[in-house]
Amino acid sequence: MSEATKVPPRLDADRLLDDPRTRIIVCCGSGGVGKTTTAAALGLRAAERGRHVVVLTVDPARRLAQSMDLSSLDNTPRPVPLPESGSAAGGTLHAMMLDMKRTFDEIVEAHAEPGRAEQILANPFYQSLSSSFAGTQEYMAMEKLGQLRRTEQWDLIVVDTPPSRSALDFLDAPQRLSRFLDGRLLKLLTAPTRAGGRAYLKVVNAGFGMITGIVTKVLGAQMLRDVQTFVAALDTMFGGFRERAEDTYRLLQTPGTAFLVVATPEPDALREASYFVERLSEDRMPLAGLILNRVHRSPATRLSAARSLAAAEALLPGGGAAESAYAAGGNGAEGALPDVTRYPLAVAALRLHAERMQLIASERRLAQRFTAAHPGVPVARVIAQPEDVHDLTGLRVVGEGLSAD
Amino acid sequence: MPVRARDSDWEGVRLHVVTGKGGTGKTTVAGALALALASEGGRVLLMEVEGRQGIAQLFDCPPLPYEERKVAVAPGTQTAPGGDVYALTADAESALIEYLEMFYSLRHAGRTLTRLGIVDFATTIAPGLRDVLLTGKAAEATRRRASGHRVYDAVVMDAPPTGRIGRFLNVATEVSGLAKMGPIRGHADTVQSVIRSPETAVHFVTVLEGGLQLGAVIINKVRPTGLTDDQLTAAASGDPDRHELILGLKAAGLENGTGADGTNLAGALAAELSEHATQVLSQREHRRMLTGAGQPCYDLPLITDGMDLAGLYRLAAALREQGAA
Repeated sequence: MSEATKVPPRLDADRLLDDPRTRIIVCCGSGGVGKTTTAAALGLRAAERGRHVVVLTVDPARRLAQSMDLSSLDNTPRPVPLPESGSAAGGTLHAMMLDMKRTFDEIVEAHAEPGRAEQILANPFYQSLSSSFAGTQEYMAMEKLGQLRRTEQWDLIVVDTPPSRSALDFLDAPQRLSRFLDGRLLKLLTAPTRAGGRAYLKVVNAGFGMITGIVTKVLGAQMLRDVQTFVAALDTMFGGFRERAEDTYRLLQTPGTAFLVVATPEPDALREASYFVERLSEDRMPLAGLILNRVHRSPATRLSAARSLAAAEALLPGGGAAESAYAAGGNGAEGALPDVTRYPLAVAALRLHAERMQLIASERRLAQRFTAAHPGVPVARVIAQPEDVHDLTGLRVVGEGLSAD
Repeated sequence: MPVRARDSDWEGVRLHVVTGKGGTGKTTVAGALALALASEGGRVLLMEVEGRQGIAQLFDCPPLPYEERKVAVAPGTQTAPGGDVYALTADAESALIEYLEMFYSLRHAGRTLTRLGIVDFATTIAPGLRDVLLTGKAAEATRRRASGHRVYDAVVMDAPPTGRIGRFLNVATEVSGLAKMGPIRGHADTVQSVIRSPETAVHFVTVLEGGLQLGAVIINKVRPTGLTDDQLTAAASGDPDRHELILGLKAAGLENGTGADGTNLAGALAAELSEHATQVLSQREHRRMLTGAGQPCYDLPLITDGMDLAGLYRLAAALREQGAA
């Protein structure tokens, strides 16, 4: 251990979950780090400690969904029955899977007059926008979060962020949508229809003419018309969209929200986590800490990788250990070295241990690099499980791991 | 095309699309595959489409611009020197400008449109348009010819994760609802014909943690096990042969029970063995499900001490040994 090694503050998940002022927990991080499992485990633990929790998940693995009885994607929070031991504190747990298209449709239906809503829902661009993965999912997750918050039915909402290209998409997408709705290009495209159809053919000014000219050439006239119809139909809802995106964004900045960045002790995941931590502080979003997921431990840390490997080698033919360590047979007549040892299990165990110690060392280095860059960020470690989490018991183990150290 | 010393499982495939769940090591596998494909000479383009600069990190070079650059020389074989791996970090904006210039000689206009946020627009309103630009670039590189020859013998694409790959590759369908005719539709149809052709294969990278996909499967981060089936079964049920373990440790000169930290070394190692065995058996179960459909399946070893160029060459060799290239 070098002197420069910084020990990060410990993230106390239980304190966060027990604090009635914590109203929203957002689990973010890059793909494949266990965000959904972490969100579900936090939700379960909070419920078992007496909170009324809803977990909003976006894309759970099949087995995890089954563990929470989430078989249908119906965009409505469903109660998750807590085992008896867990309901003693009087908490409840709900879980829901986000259906982004339905969420979007509902916004349109609620905010446009009936005739116009129908027109929007039928437009090919709306259909593409509302069912595509890029951006819309993030925006709709935010929208749903706002809706759940407004019902005041739960005192804690745990959100799992969508599987995006980058963890930052979650913060950027809603902004992008509202920036887009305000964009110059959109104004240019809608200007002719606003001015009343025919004006479109008249070149209002050179720049405008050039743009529509190119757009028509590249997209084709039919497509341009569809875009214009769509944009014009959405026009009445612009204010609503932007306002909502901004409302939810502000909600995220309030002290009742806690961001938990989830990462595995791997270079890519931790790099994303670093970006995210920096971004949260830029945007003045309340960061609660880093959850380092799937960390490896060993019950025999005093036996180093090097010594373990040396011991394994000593047990193999030609190794330093007594000749008596060989099994009988394999006299090497054909020139093949007898790769036989009397203690195959010990050799395997020692090699495995060495591999694990190397892994632990590399994970520790990576975690230290993160803490050196972000010394103030509290960290909680979740020990790697040999198998996927597939039931409430597994989720509970993860939750316990988040609290004990 | 250089004369090949031996056949691979993917003769005739020129566009290799590598996908998988997040965190499975798509970029690494794509890089290893590109190296493996270039091992008998020729020129391979490794392309990433999400602007993450993963290739630059993998090959330990400065961030890559939107430009095809040589990043590595493949190891080569006894009979042939290694070929070259080129890399391209593609983003939709640059692809759009290039597209406008190539088909309409509209470079300047492309810049104007970009400034006005047309890509932002396309990404927001119809990601299919953005995807068609990126897949279009891959298709173009795959088909590109110079003085009668193919410029690239193979193109390897580090593609979006499994959750988005269907949409990403299904450009024609994605775009057909939007553009029923016109130049974009034509372009999308061309791209689709390349992707659907037998010249294109989609490989799935997995780490044996659940989830099912169809197609060729590359199992990444495989840990070797030094245990027999009997030992695995015994260890997984929490009952490895402690007696043998204790004798072995003694023979290796490791003290037990009186270890410096006062723990029972044999017990600790037995616990590690049990965890390992549980993991191996659960992975075997996943593997059985994955390979049930009979598609080619390649194993890549787990690189424990951090991924670097040496590790990448090791993975490339493993792919070649198994006939992936």
